[in-house]
Amino acid sequence: MPVLTTSISGWGRYPVQTCELERPERYADLRLDAACLIARGQGRSYGDAALNENGRVLLTGRVNRLLDFDMEQGILRAEAGATLAEILAAIVPQGWFLPVTPGTKFVSLGGCVAADVHGKNHHHDGSFGAHVLALEMILADGSRVTCSPAENGELFWATVGGMGLTGIIGEVTLKLIPIKNSSMMVRHHSAGSLEQLFGLMQDAAIDDRYTVAWIDSMASGSRLGRGVVMCGHHASMQEAPLDSRAKPARARNIPRDFPAWALNPLSIGAFNALYYQREGGKREPFLSDYLPYFYPLDAIANWNRMYGKQGFVQYQCVIPDATAFDGIKALLQELSGSRRPSFLAVLKRLGAQGKGLLSFPMAGYTLALDLPIRDDGLFTLLNKLDEIVLQHGGRVYLAKDARLSAETFRAMYPRYEQWLAIKNKFDPQNRFSSSLSRRLGIGGTHG
Amino acid sequence: MGEAVLILGATSAIARATAAAFAARGAALYLASRDLDELQRIASDLRIRYGVEVHYAAFDAEATETHAAFFQSVLANMPDLSGVVLAFGYLGDQQAARDFKVGAKVIASNFTGAASILSLCADHFEPLQRGFIIGISSVAGDRGRQSNYVYGAAKGALSLYLQGLRNRLYASGVRVITIKPGFVDTAMTYGLPGLFLVASPQDIGERIVRTLGKQADVVYLPWFWRYIMLIIKHVPEPIFKRMKL
Repeated sequence: MPVLTTSISGWGRYPVQTCELERPERYADLRLDAACLIARGQGRSYGDAALNENGRVLLTGRVNRLLDFDMEQGILRAEAGATLAEILAAIVPQGWFLPVTPGTKFVSLGGCVAADVHGKNHHHDGSFGAHVLALEMILADGSRVTCSPAENGELFWATVGGMGLTGIIGEVTLKLIPIKNSSMMVRHHSAGSLEQLFGLMQDAAIDDRYTVAWIDSMASGSRLGRGVVMCGHHASMQEAPLDSRAKPARARNIPRDFPAWALNPLSIGAFNALYYQREGGKREPFLSDYLPYFYPLDAIANWNRMYGKQGFVQYQCVIPDATAFDGIKALLQELSGSRRPSFLAVLKRLGAQGKGLLSFPMAGYTLALDLPIRDDGLFTLLNKLDEIVLQHGGRVYLAKDARLSAETFRAMYPRYEQWLAIKNKFDPQNRFSSSLSRRLGIGGTHG
Repeated sequence: MGEAVLILGATSAIARATAAAFAARGAALYLASRDLDELQRIASDLRIRYGVEVHYAAFDAEATETHAAFFQSVLANMPDLSGVVLAFGYLGDQQAARDFKVGAKVIASNFTGAASILSLCADHFEPLQRGFIIGISSVAGDRGRQSNYVYGAAKGALSLYLQGLRNRLYASGVRVITIKPGFVDTAMTYGLPGLFLVASPQDIGERIVRTLGKQADVVYLPWFWRYIMLIIKHVPEPIFKRMKL
């Protein structure tokens, strides 16, 4: 198959590495035909998870066919290169929805499995892998194997969250959830401090199927952690009669890189203050179309260019329930003290840990920060954040990561040894590897 | 009666996009190619995304002796066939194709196979006094160049064949459209050096379907290739033969 050698990056545009890309168009061409290989769907992981410096990267975007849609049971089987956007376009008009969705619909089905992504409903519904009924894998020895929780279960749970390192995910069978219409019923609650914010998020009377909090990352002192808790659920027929449905926002684009100075503590502080007033002021429940509700940034193509051409790091970690408040507070204090602006700071609740051995979620609170790369000082700050996360028993999300150390990874992912035993069984020569796996020493000494 | 379209060579990226553009406007489809596994996947995909009727069957352009039976079975499934898109093509290794043993396959697929199935389509539509034939040729057929003249000769012959067919079928009201794509981002061009202004298959597929609503007979896609090829065709031969193209 023809190979295109070129420089690519993840969504954070850091790091940029030279990789050999191949792009199959037929299902039969999904195979391992290089010394080492990693599959890449839409390249929406932030760091180096879908990079393979000087190695092979298999682009799956053209192997994206929807194969079987049972509209009675809500079961969809599709090739792993299909995006959530393509799937939503087919299922929403039929009254079905994704059981779990991340904050962008421009991700591949395979990527959702490999990163075991979560949404705003993890505390109720778990992560993506919990709704996958079966996978078809293309393994290192060239064989095609079906796996599910009941069949080849160990391969299944090593692949869910396994960052593409157990084999190529070829097909995914997913259980969908029923919806009455495409609208969301949303309610906002503002919190003037981190204490209030946690209070609201723990309040069962306020909580909804989807709950997320936006935090003003520039606030400090008594206002540290102020923000807006946003709750929502799929609207019922009574809540959203046909004629009252909200219209989706119009598409925008960031045509070129913003200059490095565009996002600074002053501009972000001003934006955050406005956003806090505007969103926190929406006290009455309101209807929103599902697109702007779940995917606000998808309306702005290439929004990653806002961070300038040096790129950015998204730092996402989870802190277990028992230490969550102290841990998140310590992280926000460290961030606010650094005067490094985070344009986005989002807090979500996570429910019980799933069975994916390298999956990120665990019961607790997850904080996500977007931090532009201005200088190496950022990496010093992130190392400090790692220490805080470790002290509080938490972990960092690999799908967002570009800079964690191998030692910290081992400490954060205690089920790694269990995962490695399965990896060694199905890929003994460690041929499915990526820049991320080599950086973190995942998969042993080969590769 | 709705539109019903036969796509020959339905597994290529351009064919997939063309089929999707037809399906998006509600057309029933009959997909044909050698690769049944791929056809099944593409057929399911089109049914789920667009809710249209999709049939598929094996078709080998080079096995011309099978074409009559194949076309009969298409008509048995789709008696009201509205039109045909001929999308198959084979580039292969153009260095190797200088050897006739290899080059013969390029000619058999791109031209002989096309002429065989198109003759059957023409004979079907002519007495009905309706229908369309869209043939996907190539800008490579506009002038012979050392880098791909075997493929270019076969596509050039296809362009001439379509031109003649258009002349023959004009009186019976059957449209014959020649499509000449420039560089399109497909498996055929992936990783090749020296490409410029590369179009997406989706864009080409949508434009192919849109030509049915226009008067054009020969359509370069995207449009500027008409002018690029106009220049290339007008370079005098004494100069052209010295060029490394």
